[in-house]
Amino acid sequence: MSILVHDPGLETTVQDTGRFGHYAIGFPPSGALDSFAYHVGNALVGNAPGAAALEAVYLGPTLEFTADTVIAVTGADIPATLDGEAIPLWESVAVRAGQTLAFGQLAGGARPYVAVAGGIDVPQVYGSRSTYTLVGMGGFAGRGLAEGDELTLGDDAVSPRAGRRLADDDVPVHPATAELRLLVGLHSYRLTPDSLERFTDTAWKVTPDANRVGYRYRGAELEFVPREQPFGAGSDPANVTDCGYPVGSVQVPGGVEPIVLLQDAVTGGGYATLGTVVSVDRDRLAQTKTGDRTRFVAVDLDEALTIRRDRAAQLDRIRSALA
Amino acid sequence: MADTSGGHEGIRYDHGGDEFVYAEVSTAMSLPAHFTALAITRRLAEEAIPGVEEICPSNASYMVRVDPDRLHPRDLVRELQRIESEVGDRASADPSFTIDTRIVDVPIMLNDPWTHEVLMKFRDRHQDPDGTDLDYGARINGYDTTEAFIDALAGSPYLVTMMGFVPGLPWCFQLVPRDRQVEVPKYIRPRTETPERAFGFGGAFAVIYPVKGAGGYQLFGSAPAPIFDAAQEQPDFAENDSVVFFRHGDVINFRRVDEAGYDEVREQVAARQWRYRTSPVEFSPSRFLADPDGTNAAMLEGLYS
Repeated sequence: MSILVHDPGLETTVQDTGRFGHYAIGFPPSGALDSFAYHVGNALVGNAPGAAALEAVYLGPTLEFTADTVIAVTGADIPATLDGEAIPLWESVAVRAGQTLAFGQLAGGARPYVAVAGGIDVPQVYGSRSTYTLVGMGGFAGRGLAEGDELTLGDDAVSPRAGRRLADDDVPVHPATAELRLLVGLHSYRLTPDSLERFTDTAWKVTPDANRVGYRYRGAELEFVPREQPFGAGSDPANVTDCGYPVGSVQVPGGVEPIVLLQDAVTGGGYATLGTVVSVDRDRLAQTKTGDRTRFVAVDLDEALTIRRDRAAQLDRIRSALA
Repeated sequence: MADTSGGHEGIRYDHGGDEFVYAEVSTAMSLPAHFTALAITRRLAEEAIPGVEEICPSNASYMVRVDPDRLHPRDLVRELQRIESEVGDRASADPSFTIDTRIVDVPIMLNDPWTHEVLMKFRDRHQDPDGTDLDYGARINGYDTTEAFIDALAGSPYLVTMMGFVPGLPWCFQLVPRDRQVEVPKYIRPRTETPERAFGFGGAFAVIYPVKGAGGYQLFGSAPAPIFDAAQEQPDFAENDSVVFFRHGDVINFRRVDEAGYDEVREQVAARQWRYRTSPVEFSPSRFLADPDGTNAAMLEGLYS
């Protein structure tokens, strides 16, 4: 039982929940950028929660299935077809041997996910099947899929069944301007109060430099508070003594280009960090694309934890409803 | 007593979103600040508090990834403050606080042709477009000649005070008193290219880049031996069952080699016979701070005898 890759799309990778426990030696977590779409996909096809799925960006892959199975397409708003016939998104669909899944033009969001009953069976590397392309480890041969690849399916299916459907109210919408909630802090004292205000007042535009490592934005200029740089940091006002970077943290090298670090980002460095996007909203970020607008909305820790609990409760409810 | 400047008055704790807690011992790099971070993270690891998912000691700070569903991030901060009050600055003063580590011989070729070629391509991003990174580093650190600067860089061992950026990259802080520590700025704009195994310097830290990629540190040289091995083909990596060679707390002695010495190591690497020379060390921060040069000499004797 396998999947034949006829066309990989732009960059399609194998992802699961991520690689943990090795941050201290420099392994970022990797894993699905839109965790909600990934988890719902697995629930729809009746997989165990950590089964590996495919994550694409902007363009969907063209995939042929060599045996009967069940799939679900979630995430971005993108037309999907099986042998040319439209199939619904956010719903499990029966696939017969020899059928081909293909995609049309992206209508909203950025990243479609394909969950398959049983999950994608690639070797676990440091505890995860996620692809980390920067050093060529994990996933399928440490890289994005290529034409001619053959993916084996795993045995993570618990109760594969077609016809499961996510309730309409739970389907995420992709607004024209995404709102990302963040905790201001870490080295936010390095920015002038005016600049911090400007940061949350600006509708930032996603630049072409937007991928699994991080998203860069343009839209305003921010200024740093002048100081005599502490020993070890380096002389640029944006520099601090090199330290660990939280996933989701925001830096502003040069004061003109905020960068949100994502699941494949570097784990540390010497840029002042002004805050961190809450973990749930990395899903929203993953569904934005070059040219889109993004606003950052400040929340406190209590709000961030409430957002996290609400999302966990929602996923629990969805999993029960789809079981 | 060396390196007492850059001290600190209490640790600053903050939340990196819902999943990370950041603890800044000091805004400036110093060995006492680092040893405090090390002592606290070591104790934190020993206590194995449920909900603590990743412990990342860094140069003058540390970071913890927490599972907020199991441990409230504010409760984690309270635990860290408790440990701070119990451990505090003890690491720098208490002779019984020691680190079981190793000293590693790392061949390095300074002013090598490979990083020279790359750094010349990116002069438009550099503070000194007409010179080289080494000449610039020598000048702003007050050395009369580049050769004297190279002697200082390779003259005393370094402590790995942080791992990361990408898997296996060691941040190395030279084990010398503050007045002998080198400091250089990072590139004005980062390069899009850095050769694999490049030896760089930024702020007060030397690094070796494990893999080819972007980078903003000054390029001073090149290491012939791998520090990252995804396939674990080299014996050191296979035996340790790790894709990275260095560990936090390693002491590194950068040993100068010329091009012939560089090629010799490359041949051993090609034959998959390269082995790092190492020697076990019980590193005592208090002893080191009291006698840096004597401690370094003893460690080097253990490595090369």
